[in-house]
Amino acid sequence: MMPEPDPMLDDAAAAPSTLFDKIWRRHLVTEPAEAGIPSTLYVDLHLLHEVTSPQAFAELERRGLEVRCPGRAVATMDHSTPTLPGVGRSGLRVIDPRGADQLDRLETNCTRHGIPLFALGDERQGIVHVIGPELGLTQPGMTIVCGDSHTSTHGAFGALAFGIGSSEVTHVLATQCLLQQRPRTLEVHVEGSLQKGATAKDLILSIIGQTGIDGGAGHVIEYTGQAIRDLDMEGRMTVCNMSIEAGARAGLIAPDETTFAYLDGRSYAPQAWEEAIDSWRALHTDPGAVFDRRIVLDASAIEPMITWGTNPGMSMPVSGTVPLASSFDPKSLPTVEKAWDYMAVQPGEALLGRAVDVVFVGSCTNSRLSDLEAAARLLQGRQVAAGVEMLVVPGSQAVRRQAEERGLHEVFLAAGAQWREAGCSMCLAMNGDRLAPGQLAVSTTNRNFEGRQGAGGRTILASPLTAAASAVAGHVADPREML
Amino acid sequence: MSEKTVMAPRFQSLRSRVVPLLIDDVDTDQIIPADYLKVIGREGLADGLFAEWRRDPECVLHREVFRGARVLLAGENFGCGSSREHAPWALLDYGFRAVLSPSFADIFRINALRNGLLTVAIERPLQRQLVELVEQDPESEIAIDLETSTLTLPDGVKIRFDIDPFARRCLLEGIDQLGYLLRQDSQIAEYESHHPPWTDTRQPEVEAS
Ligand code: SF4
Repeated sequence: MMPEPDPMLDDAAAAPSTLFDKIWRRHLVTEPAEAGIPSTLYVDLHLLHEVTSPQAFAELERRGLEVRCPGRAVATMDHSTPTLPGVGRSGLRVIDPRGADQLDRLETNCTRHGIPLFALGDERQGIVHVIGPELGLTQPGMTIVCGDSHTSTHGAFGALAFGIGSSEVTHVLATQCLLQQRPRTLEVHVEGSLQKGATAKDLILSIIGQTGIDGGAGHVIEYTGQAIRDLDMEGRMTVCNMSIEAGARAGLIAPDETTFAYLDGRSYAPQAWEEAIDSWRALHTDPGAVFDRRIVLDASAIEPMITWGTNPGMSMPVSGTVPLASSFDPKSLPTVEKAWDYMAVQPGEALLGRAVDVVFVGSCTNSRLSDLEAAARLLQGRQVAAGVEMLVVPGSQAVRRQAEERGLHEVFLAAGAQWREAGCSMCLAMNGDRLAPGQLAVSTTNRNFEGRQGAGGRTILASPLTAAASAVAGHVADPREML
Repeated sequence: MSEKTVMAPRFQSLRSRVVPLLIDDVDTDQIIPADYLKVIGREGLADGLFAEWRRDPECVLHREVFRGARVLLAGENFGCGSSREHAPWALLDYGFRAVLSPSFADIFRINALRNGLLTVAIERPLQRQLVELVEQDPESEIAIDLETSTLTLPDGVKIRFDIDPFARRCLLEGIDQLGYLLRQDSQIAEYESHHPPWTDTRQPEVEAS
């Protein structure tokens, strides 16, 4: 089957539109009849995982409803899955029966409703935001939702993708639609080129540092400019992934040849490939289209970034110092002081050289092949420092296989790091991988919230390069000195 | 099961003491840590509410005077981070029915309103005024009325607040939002007839090249 050409995408005479407008309009089932009434938006792809779906399926059953389009849904197991090598499903049962219950429930629900499930042991299993793109399920122009805030990741392909709550998961299961108020648009334009040692992760941490963690609230961000065009798809996913950390509903990057080359030949890529590409080429913001807001950054000024506090907006260059009280609005000081306290950092202090307990490379932000390659490049011929525990957790079974084909696992193991099975792992510490109270981690994840990686644990967010450099040094380190 | 048997959440009005928790950017990992998400139901989540912060005996939630209070006075950007609907479920299970804040994170606000937890956006000066009020007399009560979208201070002063008009209507009239969507079945079918998918997730896959 092939979608019909869409007049709204092809009509050259129409007023200039943003990429967001084009996707939004194409998915409107009903326009709001009066102001304040939400639109009904059609959902092309619904991704599911074990943590936020059980209540949604239960509600469906309670009402005696069926899943409207099982062929537009896909489920995976990722959040509470074990990552220790050789520990299978039965191992998990022993470790945590409640996590196992969730996994069983997902399996029952998917079987009952005919939804494809990539369960533990399936070679396609992995973190939901890693497998969607790598299987070619994520495609330009789609609307994609999941009961998970990092659904924004899929926006890297020019898809309108956002996280929803479990009630909305029920809505999509039953009707394939969502009630939505139209968000506003924000263009984040990044000029110039990233310098050596600065990556997509450093770029998005800089952007969030500039917008603040609520600067994107109510908005869909479109990332534009040369520095964005220059990123490969995995870098673009890292950027869009953390749009939610700027408070945005979604992040978007217009599809281009890089996007098409990535998708070509993937399992679920459209069979009518040429027609698909032709229709995707219309997915860009027209010259003259207006965003509600716009900010501009220079990529060449961006250094490797780390966070010093308890949210992703509390960041600084790795060589910088923790900001002083005078650099904050007085009204936010109680929040800032709480963060200094929790992280045991002093204003004005450098973090370079601070001893690290754990280094974690993984999560839907930075667990793809290029992330693992970056970490391996730094670890090659070096050793993880004594006293540091380093975990490398691939985002999916496919990433794990590709990494092993390239021998990356041997680099990690030789350096003294642990090479794990795919999953979310220590990103949210639901599966048994967690920090002990008081431990400090340099982590390639997306959230340095209090206790996120284990109650009492402290997290510094960084790129895979900075994480690997810190593992080797045994303390927070600047990767540029090791490249 | 017919739609009539579905109990949609409702909200009319309430009067309550106010618990001040004035940290900005409270994320949903604080509201309910991940350890408490290993459930398949939505009941009984009160234990997880601010679980880490409640380990501190000084935590405001332990103050006797606030026992049974149904209004939380929060800092800016309340509910940021994870989309877990367990956050409003936990707040409701604990007994809260409304959160007042200068701003809410988008997904949290949507999740809260869908469950009948009222998110009331207030200006910063009013937030300060309420803090002073509670400091002077923690037993002060405020009233919230959704019909008129007003908040009434103990001295009788009324302040109007903005709220998503659709959420307001649903909460006042007990409209079930899924039922509302299900009634659009013919429009959805009409839309689908023009927009077949590129990809069926259940179809046999083409070999990756
Ligand atoms: S890796 Fe972390 S952020 Fe990503 S989906 Fe898993 S738990 Fe969420």
